[in-house]
Amino acid sequence: MSLFRSPSKDPLWKDEFSVFTSDERYVTRRQFTKFLTLASLGMFVGNVWIVAKAYFAKKPVYPTAEVVALGEIPVRGVKLFTYPTPQDNCILVRTGEEEYVAYSQKCTHLSCAVYYSAKNDRLECPCHQGFFSIQDGSVLQGPPPRPLPQIVLEREGGKLVATGVRVNGNG
Amino acid sequence: MHGYEFYVDPSRCIGCQSCVKACEECETHRGKSMINFDFIDRSRTTATAAYVCWHCDEPTCAMVCPADAIKKGEDGVVQSSLKPRCIGCANCVLACPFGIPKIFPALDQMMKCDMCYDRTSVGKRPMCATVCPSQALSYVRPDEIAGRREKPTNVFYFGKQKITTRVYMMTPAETDSVSLDVLDYVWENSHVTVSQSQ
Repeated sequence: MSLFRSPSKDPLWKDEFSVFTSDERYVTRRQFTKFLTLASLGMFVGNVWIVAKAYFAKKPVYPTAEVVALGEIPVRGVKLFTYPTPQDNCILVRTGEEEYVAYSQKCTHLSCAVYYSAKNDRLECPCHQGFFSIQDGSVLQGPPPRPLPQIVLEREGGKLVATGVRVNGNG
Repeated sequence: MHGYEFYVDPSRCIGCQSCVKACEECETHRGKSMINFDFIDRSRTTATAAYVCWHCDEPTCAMVCPADAIKKGEDGVVQSSLKPRCIGCANCVLACPFGIPKIFPALDQMMKCDMCYDRTSVGKRPMCATVCPSQALSYVRPDEIAGRREKPTNVFYFGKQKITTRVYMMTPAETDSVSLDVLDYVWENSHVTVSQSQ
């Protein structure tokens, strides 16, 4: 049986319903079962490959970058910065005298830039009203499927430095 | 397949009907004989003829099947109708120039000689050929049949229809083909072939 239909001189009915089994082009039940079995085997192997790839993947190495000097912004003040690359916009919020949090500014829904709403004390995405908690970046409302990635901050002398990105799960 | 060919020689048939009974023993259609057994002009002669399906190269029965139920395999055997497909319309019975297919109304299905497919496909001889005492039905190698006086042919003419077959007919040595025109026999009272009912 040929895999692909090639032009034939015979009329279609004769071509499709040949009396010779060697000329039959229709898929038999056994061929279909074989296809199902092999296809599901392929899916399984593919899944195993994906899992293995994720398991053995290298953890990304983040640079240390200076974000802000302590006291540079007021309480409930905001500073935008980029981390780890210049394309990754982030937002730093001073939530208390000594408390700072920073998140990726890219909404996990459709990548609009989130802003800090001092009135509601939360991060808001203006595109589709997706709200994120200021405490841990988890989704409070709206279509975003995942929490915002959190920027890990450390104190170094009189400055705050970013040392990594913490991607939280489906909170 | 396995170097054997089927040869039918009606002139050797003695009418014992061993083939008919042996065919009934076949596991694939037990109790139903697929042999076509004819008395030839019974009032005048004791001559009989037993024959099997000729397994045409271009089987008319399969060509006319509206349900695509009759298939010719790559080994040249025209199989019985496929049970899930056969609608029992008897087109094949009417169309076959040799009168081979048999319709079984109780089963709503056509069945025919499949050259004992379960046996010949593994190198055994068909049931009928194993029991025929006069070897009117013989399943042998071509070099074994060459010793006979008759000559095997597998070319038949039915009017304008030329048919070549897998099974050979033993014919007089001077002939190359068997030529019949069914119309010659329709209106003649003197040439009546009475087919035995099953």
